[in-house]
Amino acid sequence: MSNVSEERSETVFDDFKPAYTEAQAKVEANRCLYCHDAPCVQACPTSINIPEFIRKIATDNVRGSAKTIFDQNILGMSCARVCPVEVLCVGDCVFNEMGVPPIQIGKLQRFSTDRAFDESWTYYEAGPDTGKSVALVGGGPASLAAAHELRRLGHACTVYEKRPVLGGLNTTGVAPYKMKADRSVEEVQWLLSIGGIEVKTGVNIPDDVDFAALEKQHDAVFLGLGLGPDTILDLAGKELPGVQGAVEFIEGMKLEQLDLKDVKRVLVIGGGNTAIDAVREAIGLGLPEVTMVYRGREEKMSGYHHEWDAAKQEGALAAWQTQPVGFAQEGGRITGVKCQKMDDDKKLIDGTEHVLAADLILLAIGQSKLAHLVDGLDGIETKWGRVVVDEHGATGRPGYYAGGDCINGGKEVVNAAADGKRAALAMHDYLMNKGGSDA
Amino acid sequence: MPDLTSNTAGIVSPNPFWLASAPPANSGGQVMRAFDAGWGGAVWKTLGQPIQNVSSRFGAVRWKGNNGVGFNNIELITDRPLETNFREITEVKKKYPKHAVIVSLMVETKEEWKDIIKRSIDTGADGLELNFGCPHGMCERGMGSAVGQEPKVNQEITSWAKEYSSIPVLVKLTPNVGDIVPHGLAAQAGGADGVSLINTIKSIIGVDIDNFVPEPRVDGKSTNGGYCGAAVRPIALHMCAALARDPRFTVPISGIGGVTNWRDAVEFILLGSSSVQVCTEVMLRGYRIVEDMIEGLESYMREHSFEKLDDMVGKAVPAYSEWGNLDMNYETVAKIDADKCIGCQLCLVACHDGAHQCIHQADDAKVRVPVVDESECVGCNLCQIVCPVPDCISMVEVDNGYSPATWNEHVAGTGKLRPKKGAH
Ligand SMILES: Cc1cc2nc3c(=O)[nH]c(=O)nc-3n(C[C@H](O)[C@H](O)[C@H](O)COP(=O)(O)OP(=O)(O)OC[C@H]3O[C@@H](n4cnc5c(N)ncnc54)[C@H](O)[C@@H]3O)c2cc1C
Ligand SMILES: Cc1cc2nc3c(=O)[nH]c(=O)nc-3n(C[C@H](O)[C@H](O)[C@H](O)COP(=O)(O)O)c2cc1C
Ligand code: SF4
Repeated sequence: MSNVSEERSETVFDDFKPAYTEAQAKVEANRCLYCHDAPCVQACPTSINIPEFIRKIATDNVRGSAKTIFDQNILGMSCARVCPVEVLCVGDCVFNEMGVPPIQIGKLQRFSTDRAFDESWTYYEAGPDTGKSVALVGGGPASLAAAHELRRLGHACTVYEKRPVLGGLNTTGVAPYKMKADRSVEEVQWLLSIGGIEVKTGVNIPDDVDFAALEKQHDAVFLGLGLGPDTILDLAGKELPGVQGAVEFIEGMKLEQLDLKDVKRVLVIGGGNTAIDAVREAIGLGLPEVTMVYRGREEKMSGYHHEWDAAKQEGALAAWQTQPVGFAQEGGRITGVKCQKMDDDKKLIDGTEHVLAADLILLAIGQSKLAHLVDGLDGIETKWGRVVVDEHGATGRPGYYAGGDCINGGKEVVNAAADGKRAALAMHDYLMNKGGSDA
Repeated sequence: MPDLTSNTAGIVSPNPFWLASAPPANSGGQVMRAFDAGWGGAVWKTLGQPIQNVSSRFGAVRWKGNNGVGFNNIELITDRPLETNFREITEVKKKYPKHAVIVSLMVETKEEWKDIIKRSIDTGADGLELNFGCPHGMCERGMGSAVGQEPKVNQEITSWAKEYSSIPVLVKLTPNVGDIVPHGLAAQAGGADGVSLINTIKSIIGVDIDNFVPEPRVDGKSTNGGYCGAAVRPIALHMCAALARDPRFTVPISGIGGVTNWRDAVEFILLGSSSVQVCTEVMLRGYRIVEDMIEGLESYMREHSFEKLDDMVGKAVPAYSEWGNLDMNYETVAKIDADKCIGCQLCLVACHDGAHQCIHQADDAKVRVPVVDESECVGCNLCQIVCPVPDCISMVEVDNGYSPATWNEHVAGTGKLRPKKGAH
């Protein structure tokens, strides 16, 4: 697996939530009430035993603290940084009910897991070889969590990833003020140190290796495909330079040095989390005027309000109830977006046509779905472009399991980690009991 | 992986963490859940003639929002029928043959001791603990600390128990004595295979100042109870070490009193405990705390290259000495790390009001980092204790040119002491 380049636009960013020093971590850890059946644990999709890992920080058992985290979520280091804790564990801390600042669970989790990485603590060994082999399609959080769990259970694993780097959107998508690409890659390496996970990058499934071939070589398949490329507004001018999908732009910023010296005004189209991220990133990269263009009202946007509040503080502008209806151009160069105002019923209002000037337009109106890749496979059901699975992560085709964004349409890293582990346990059951024969 | 197996007077458990004889070890269901959570042993709630309890029974010291830094109770021994207890102990031992189950006992007459010991042994239990410690209620009936406070009685009853018992006998000592050593020696002379200490300390935990009644309040009255929990640890550690370092005392110790986490347990072990028992912290937070205790102890042993528990038992005992043997010429002064200092000046006020007036405001009034006058600093380390920033104030050794000399040597005329500091 190749490393990421040193020269990346994202390196200009500082952590939005700085790491705790040991003294800070202890003060915070000692505040935790050590609730029983704690609401924070219930709010965590991977059910990390939060009060326990916090108590272990307070008692100077940081090695054990990190283990408590990894036992439930092997991607606990990145989750500590990228999880929207405000709406998950921290949001449910009982201190909120008391009007006392909630425990900073994410920062404490980062403290323990960073320490584990810095000290090269490892906890897990591969299980005794079962002779079974699993293909994992996609090298993002879902597949990685599944592969690690499968290795602990003794199954051989091969990860097929079309990109040159592993980690999925954790490497190529999450905001650099939460985590940078190199940290995600370090996490992948730490996780792979369990041994026995073969990695094949630059392999597109099914174009390079088809499913029949996978079935021949492996006893089960996990689909951790994630989502596809950005959805592009189907308006004249969409192919012009200066119009770009937001996720693609973010990937560029995270993996390369972008040339943005001619960009003065940026419009980000959309009201979700990718849109807010793109706004904050454009501002952080030093672009002078960054405006979010959203067709609804501010309070209706689907992105997290705590993130938007931060964006506003950083200087974000917004055009609410505004719908793009065309691109404005001059001599093959984009000059802005033609817009119309929208009413509360999302109807365009006549006579409100106007142009918002820009030299860079980022489209954050969603990502396409990849379920079509498995359309030809008997038994696998898809719905709204998502792969349909049961409560164990199994698809309708024996031996095929799935998890992460490709089944939920795009949630968080922590959901992908939870799905991967869940599917691994079900696959183990399948491989050892029911199927997984060489046939 | 270090071996946590603990052996206290022949009572072997997979780790040194036992539930103390108290509410967390009151019934079979509880003890089994505790073993599942990771506890290595349990001393069953004291058996004897079942009693009846009052309500309320507990009180707590609250400190800066923390409830239960110190704890007290006016509870007595088991209130459940003996048959039920014995049946459950038998079940637990059957299900958990590798875990240690110790039966705590407290009865009066020789006949009663004989009978209850036989029935205890029949359960398959690994050992007995004679409760000579309870400082309230039972002692008024001539049992508990009434026994533990009289070395002769202690020795005699211990010898009865030894006569009837085929399994190891521990004697649980009361801290409500001036000097623990004669009591430990009495138990040893009676044949005890080991001692457990401490039981609770006679206490009044507080007063309901609106109703003019001490706590815990039983209608309009209260009574003295037994103090335990984190706050009693220093007293317990001292008693443990006092026995451990006495050359006449040779039997193992099970340490009890204020253990809340792995670090506390390590302290007891280093001062001579072969196992540690926990009551209050489990009452307050549940059996789950043992996970961290096991992990923390393992990490600690690994860091210090202890392969087995025995390698660390008593490791700090030789360094526990009489005051007269301390080196009077060893000199330290406080050093403040200006980079770490947050300018709270807690050290300054502590030194001015509570020590030797040698930490001062810097000449430049804008500078918050205080200055230590090293020529006046007596090295008491009060400032280091009040400093909220780890490693900000350190006590640094000063080379004063004097060779080591103790007070005892000085009195004997063989040691030359450095001049006193800060005594104007
Ligand atoms: C801009 C952005 C910011 C985000 N920020 C956060 C955040 O702060 N916090 C958070 O928790 N979540 C965030 N998310 C969501 C999070 O990144 C995803 O939910 C998570 O990465 C999903 O994991 P996954 O394994 O399902 O998919 P992915 O991470 O998308 O990984 C899928 C992998 O499969 C590979 N792949 C796809 N198709 C094929 C194929 N045919 N053959 C081989 N390989 C293939 C892809 O290259 C990719 O590496 C963000 C998402 C985006 C888009
Ligand atoms: C509510 C309560 C009941 C107790 N009952 C007994 C008992 O029946 N027998 C006994 O030997 N000690 C009894 N103890 C004392 C404990 O076993 C233990 O020695 C003491 O609490 C100190 O340990 P700790 O600081 O961990 O609580 C009791 C303590 C408490 C708080
Ligand atoms: S809810 Fe808050 S106080 Fe309770 S255990 Fe979780 S972090 Fe601690």
